[in-house]
Amino acid sequence: MNEEMSYMLEKKPEKLFRDDGKRLSGRDLFELRPIKMKVGILENADGSAFIEWGKNKIIVAVYGPREIHPKHMAIPTQARLRCRYNMAAFSTSERKKPGPDRRSIELSKVIREALVPALLLEKFPKTVIDVFIEVLESEGGTRVASITAASLALADSGLPMKDLVTAVAAGKIDGKIVLDLDSAEDMYGEADLPIAIMPRRKEITLIQMDGKMTPQELRLALGKAIEACQQIYEMQKRALLERYKI
Amino acid sequence: MSGIAATLQKVYIRNLAEKNKRIDGRKLNQYRNLEITPNFISKAEGSAMVQLGKTKVLVGVKLDLGEPFKDTPDKGVLITNAELVPLASPEFEPGPPDENSVELARFVDRGIRESEAINLSKLVVKEGETVWIVFIDIHVLDHDGNLIDASAYGAITALLTAKMPKAVINEEKIEVIDEWAPLPIERVPIPVTVGKIGDKLLIDPNLEEENVLDAKICITFEEEGNICAIQKVMGLFTEREIEEAISLAEKKSKKIREEILEITKGGDE
Repeated sequence: MNEEMSYMLEKKPEKLFRDDGKRLSGRDLFELRPIKMKVGILENADGSAFIEWGKNKIIVAVYGPREIHPKHMAIPTQARLRCRYNMAAFSTSERKKPGPDRRSIELSKVIREALVPALLLEKFPKTVIDVFIEVLESEGGTRVASITAASLALADSGLPMKDLVTAVAAGKIDGKIVLDLDSAEDMYGEADLPIAIMPRRKEITLIQMDGKMTPQELRLALGKAIEACQQIYEMQKRALLERYKI
Repeated sequence: MSGIAATLQKVYIRNLAEKNKRIDGRKLNQYRNLEITPNFISKAEGSAMVQLGKTKVLVGVKLDLGEPFKDTPDKGVLITNAELVPLASPEFEPGPPDENSVELARFVDRGIRESEAINLSKLVVKEGETVWIVFIDIHVLDHDGNLIDASAYGAITALLTAKMPKAVINEEKIEVIDEWAPLPIERVPIPVTVGKIGDKLLIDPNLEEENVLDAKICITFEEEGNICAIQKVMGLFTEREIEEAISLAEKKSKKIREEILEITKGGDE
């Protein structure tokens, strides 16, 4: 823990790998950070979940299907899914000015697009389903952690779903493909590739990339990320079972 | 279009796609006619009017002196903004940028930034204090689909043809003098948008197609063959479809890069 803290505070590290071939956090190439999930943690929300992914701490609430305001936003044939990704002011090293910025507007959109394929929105015409995501602490990879937790909160709300949505980021640091980048790796690495899938049919519902990767590297990274999603999917199912065990 | 007409058109476009055909007669891997006019706005340091089929986008590049970001005192600043003005489509409304214009601007920005198209180190006037800020402003004028590609082609054309005045430090004061040089552009990132209808992939969807797409992804390539940005805009893809989309985009981006370089070569004189 302390070792990790000290490298986080440094400026740009010379290398992102230690001499023994492990990453600065001590992880192997395809090793994920520890992940903890808990379903049903809020009283008011129809569904909720909390995820701790490395030092990321994210809480998600689902409200709805409920009446939509303003009314002209209603879609006659299906429910509208709304997503709000919001970072707490204290969630980053430098205080984040409260309120939506361009990054969070984009993230809210791509997270919504990642969740929509799992839902049966046509079952609830003219209503709205709200997904509120509050990032309490961030350490790289908040969007994939948010998606993973949001799909748990949606399931917790009792909405019918085709599958859960599971997400993880792959990336490239010092020329090597790795999984689950932390903030330093994200900042100083060469590429970041967040993906989300519906694991049963391995359908990709989110893919973004920034940085530089050859198509071959991308293929490898995508394959590894999809593999890792299966592992996270099992954790999601366990978290749901934990909540609803008799 | 809504209700029954929209449903009928959706069925029609889907049936066509199954037969590898499109509503405007194109092949699945065929781009619409692309026309780019550089230096469209004389007051802007760089500009380009892009016509992609019936889609029209005007992009302007303006330069200004300002402070660098704290964490990059030795680099100029790039700011990309997009406006979906109401004159461009009955769907667009006035007001602050919505998620679509934010996504558009951020994706165009990402391609330029991550490919290191602009050598930002060459935009420093006084390290830590004064640098050139490059503003890319995307003005969509007529929306007939595929705004991302049209905007990105406009942005890179405007950058390639932009002129930068010289800034000198004279007795602690910064003076801009009337000596112009091209912006330091080192790479030409080119996105290609791929749409999916049923199990068919097609490039450069027009608006009618966009309205019925099952999924859409944009992939930006730079000349060395690296992918520098990806954005799945909507829907879902299989792993195999992503690979297919990448190879479609790779081929097409090379051709479009050649076209843009040809256009900007002429505009440089």
